[in-house]
Amino acid sequence: MMSRFFQSDGVYYFLRTPSAIVAAIIVVIIVGGAIFAPWIAQSNPYDLASFSLMDGLLPPVWQGGDPRFLLGTDNQGRDMVSSILYGARLSLFIGFMSMAIATVLGVGLGLAAGYYGGRFDAIVMRIADVQLALPAILTALLIDGISRGLLPPSVQQDLRVVVLIIAIALSLWVNFARTARASVFVERNKDYVQAAMIMGQRPSRVMLRHILPNIMGPLLVIMTVDLASAILLEATLSFLGIGLPADSPSLGTLIRIGMQFQLSGEWWILWVPTIVLAALVVSINILGDFLRDIFNPRLR
Amino acid sequence: MLTVENLTVQFPGRFGTFTAIEDVSLTIERGEIHGLVGESGAGKSTIGAAIIGLLQPPGFVSNGSIHLGDTDLLILGDDEAHQTRGKRISMIFQDPQTSLNPLMTIEDQLIETIQTHEDISTEDARSRAISLLEETGIENASQRIKAYPHQFSGGMRQRVVIALALCTNPELIIADEPTTALDVAVQSQVLDLIRGLANTRGIGFLLITHDIGVIAQTCQNVTVLRGGQVMEHGPTQQVLNAPEHPYTQSLMAAVPRLDVKLDRFLVPDTEEGVETAPIGRSAEDAERWLRSGDEMLGQGLSMEGVTVKFTGARDSLFRKPEVFVALDDVSMTIRPGTVMGLVGESGSGKSTMAKVLTGLVQPTAGTLKLNDSTLPLARQRGRKDPSRRVIQMVFQDPYSSLNSRHRIGDILAEPLWLYGLENDRAKRRDLAAAMLDLVGLSADAINRYPHQFSGGQRQRIAVARSLLARPRVLICDEPTSALDVSIQAQVLNLLKDLQARFSLTILFISHNLAVVRQMSDDITVLKSGKVVEAGPSEAFFNDPQADYSQELLSLTPNYVGQKGVASQTLVTEV
Amino acid sequence: MAYFILKRLFQSIFVMLAVAFLAFSLFRFVGDPVSQMTGVETSVQDQEQLREELGLNDPFVVQFYRFTTDILKGDFGYSYRTRQPVNEMIASRIPATIELGITALMISLIVGIPAGVYTALRTRGFATQTILLTTLVGVSIPTFVIGIVLIFLFGVTLGWMPTFGRGGTVDLGGWTTSFLTLEGWSYLILPAITLGVYQLTLTMRLVRAEMMEVMRSDYIRFATARGIPQRKLHYRHALGNTMIPVITIIGLQFGGVIAFSIVTESVFQWPGMGLLFLESVRFVDIPVMGVYLVVIAFFFVLVNLVVDILYLMIDPRLRVKEAI
Repeated sequence: MMSRFFQSDGVYYFLRTPSAIVAAIIVVIIVGGAIFAPWIAQSNPYDLASFSLMDGLLPPVWQGGDPRFLLGTDNQGRDMVSSILYGARLSLFIGFMSMAIATVLGVGLGLAAGYYGGRFDAIVMRIADVQLALPAILTALLIDGISRGLLPPSVQQDLRVVVLIIAIALSLWVNFARTARASVFVERNKDYVQAAMIMGQRPSRVMLRHILPNIMGPLLVIMTVDLASAILLEATLSFLGIGLPADSPSLGTLIRIGMQFQLSGEWWILWVPTIVLAALVVSINILGDFLRDIFNPRLR
Repeated sequence: MLTVENLTVQFPGRFGTFTAIEDVSLTIERGEIHGLVGESGAGKSTIGAAIIGLLQPPGFVSNGSIHLGDTDLLILGDDEAHQTRGKRISMIFQDPQTSLNPLMTIEDQLIETIQTHEDISTEDARSRAISLLEETGIENASQRIKAYPHQFSGGMRQRVVIALALCTNPELIIADEPTTALDVAVQSQVLDLIRGLANTRGIGFLLITHDIGVIAQTCQNVTVLRGGQVMEHGPTQQVLNAPEHPYTQSLMAAVPRLDVKLDRFLVPDTEEGVETAPIGRSAEDAERWLRSGDEMLGQGLSMEGVTVKFTGARDSLFRKPEVFVALDDVSMTIRPGTVMGLVGESGSGKSTMAKVLTGLVQPTAGTLKLNDSTLPLARQRGRKDPSRRVIQMVFQDPYSSLNSRHRIGDILAEPLWLYGLENDRAKRRDLAAAMLDLVGLSADAINRYPHQFSGGQRQRIAVARSLLARPRVLICDEPTSALDVSIQAQVLNLLKDLQARFSLTILFISHNLAVVRQMSDDITVLKSGKVVEAGPSEAFFNDPQADYSQELLSLTPNYVGQKGVASQTLVTEV
Repeated sequence: MAYFILKRLFQSIFVMLAVAFLAFSLFRFVGDPVSQMTGVETSVQDQEQLREELGLNDPFVVQFYRFTTDILKGDFGYSYRTRQPVNEMIASRIPATIELGITALMISLIVGIPAGVYTALRTRGFATQTILLTTLVGVSIPTFVIGIVLIFLFGVTLGWMPTFGRGGTVDLGGWTTSFLTLEGWSYLILPAITLGVYQLTLTMRLVRAEMMEVMRSDYIRFATARGIPQRKLHYRHALGNTMIPVITIIGLQFGGVIAFSIVTESVFQWPGMGLLFLESVRFVDIPVMGVYLVVIAFFFVLVNLVVDILYLMIDPRLRVKEAI
């Protein structure tokens, strides 16, 4: 089993694509750091007791900072490394959750639309048209605005993350639906699907057991690319000040806070989270590109 | 004129360097049509690509020489090589549907090509283009030249492609499967055209094909390839009728004959390993299981007055969308335990008939019968309808008919589970393995995935899957047209054996008349959705009644040359 | 052909109606319009009277019909926040956003298409790898970070360009334009680049992928076998066929340009619709949000109709149907 894995085409091309290897390493480091943040971070940026104003605005170590704070501190005295680990944790959580919801929603609708065709397909595609006319960031802002109007302020703070996830997920599902639908149109006429239909298998079984595994390639690519989009979208919303509040900082929030120090010389407060965010998203996109090449044998 | 000497082409790759062509030599004279024949993977197209200098990277010529006249084609620089292309060597591709730029008119493409190689005014280029189109058999060329490719039919497009290849008056044209995508009637016209051009213009042709019939009909000389090496070469008559090399002999023996029905095909040795193995013990288990079904008698299948209409896409608000009649009042009766051959050109409605019988397409009128009882039409046929098990289907393309993400064992066990034939998981597995044995594959195939098998092996697996439903009726839609001729012979033998042993009722659909003659007891000829002729097979082949049937039979390249047959008739001239 | 356009027109009308419905539901159900318009001191009777005057007690369908016809007449209602008519607020902001969007789109096309073609034709060169890596970074860095970098570099450090607002406009009968003065351009260029970079990378990667696909097609191989010169092969045969899918996507991208102008306008304090929308989201100014939605969808639908017509002009398969 293992030997087959190591001999597979994917692993072969992976080991010969240095950029993919570097990207994978970066993703593993950041995701690993985010998952284990509570155990490896020296302080908890949400816990006011774990940092002190006395340590505020210390530069990174190589600029003569305090050896306790590798990448320096912000104006509140929070350790930048810890802030980033927790920030990445939140960003990745929101990214993964919204991507997962968008995948289930989009793939489900796309599969069914492509399989049944006809009126159901027309309805799903018209909804997708409307969604396309309202770009991702607009949808997200809109949902955010609606939630402000509908939810009482006391609940709003607690539900911010949920609202954000739903907003991002709703703006991404169309990609999945369109791709799944287009792939199903191709697969549906292939003989193995026809064989299953002739046998009288249940539509749900034909879709999930026969078609879905065969269209996983393009879907996996979109999942990767949309994970990157979701993380960017969250950062952008937080930057605009309508994503997450400052007391539970994601990478985007950290960048917004850092903006205030852009001109005053404390560059690290802005640039450390910016670079981490960019590195994470670039790496995910490189992996997405790599997957795209793998699944498109004609481009090899 | 063209001299290829000791050509070797290599492709460096992941598992070491692959030698696609090894030490191939051939010559083509002015006006000669030289056939290059071989099964898939023999390297036919690679030779063509090497001559015109368009080898797909990373392939390269590692040894040998290619001379056109006095020019050494291999030492030309990129620019010189590019100027030679079109000017002195041209090429015709297999699929006329995709060979023309869809956004440019025929006129633009022709004039552009002429002016690329000659300093000539647009007016002169246009009149040359028109006369070329006329020469290739396009009537009313001065008007049709303004059209876009999509406005032409497949055969017409191939003529345009040939006109484009001709328009700079090249010395050599490489034709890579030029008629494979065409129906026999159109194929015969295009081959006539090629023969005519070789005669009148003295153009040399390298005709690459897998079809022995095409070779027999057109070529003076032929080179037989296998695994990148030349097996045999010489005058067509001699190679086809008195092959010397054992491979050529067995290849010729495997070609289905149009002139007489044989009991079995002679099966050449293949590299796949012999799959006509003696039946093992577990195959007996499979056989016993197949026979243990309730009804062993053959079941008849018939359709009465079936009409199928498809509605095209709507493209005007005021006109109703066009209705395409795929089947028009078609009736057919397949006697229990016999094979019905269904023939017709592409678009004649053959596959639609299969889909009506299997319940994928809803007819607008007509009834179906399975052994005297009514067989429900598509929408009325429930998922649990017993006919779903009794009627099974074998598809054309063995690469897409097996789900590539499932193991062979799971694919084979699916009918057993679905129809409730065997509820024990382990027993399902044993039966699947036994059935593999019955169709001539080893039982350890069960743990592997479809992509690990060749086309012929996959088709055997597909047959095994259909047998595991314990069917009484098999519908085979072009089951061997995607296979090489030697593999085709094996699969057809297998189907014959199974049919005889289990008295299966088979609907055998094919565009290849020779194959149908070998397989069927009765025959139905379909044209544009209508039955043209129907009756016992041997009577049909000996004395076709309808005009269309006669034409079809006369156009089919007839190659009579099996070993031991003295007949020297090579080409049945039309 | 006419049917094709007509069908698209129907689809567009459906999209507009759906968006209008969305905007209406927003207006009607997110928060109570009456309590938004009135203060705490307004009596219940007055509130009820206002409710009656606004027609909020009418059946749902009637209200939606009135909402839609009002929009068609250009009557967009009043902002909760500024109490101004929304149509005036939007109208004064439209030129800024449109000019920003067009300039960004132009940058994206003028740089993106040639770069895509180049990288598709030279798949393995050093320049190609560099461009590809740069664009990958381009799609991965948030727009606002690009804006910040540009401001820092050209505005603060070098002091070449203004970084704030939209000075130097000329009024052309109600349409204020930055295009006519050098000063206007100096304000426009940084936001336009910021907005254009992301679209540029998308355009480039798309053109590259499509072009590589086309270069592999049979008709290109056949044209090569006929000795058609490289330049014609690339720009006449391949590029035309590449543009068919590209045009569709560029139409869809226009939505992205407008949407991301929200971010750009926020970074550069560019007085366009995006900034207005952002303020209205912050203050839950529902009428402005709703109208912005309708206006954006309208632009999107309009651009895509134009794209469909372009499509017809390029692709004879849609234009000429009859077989010969």
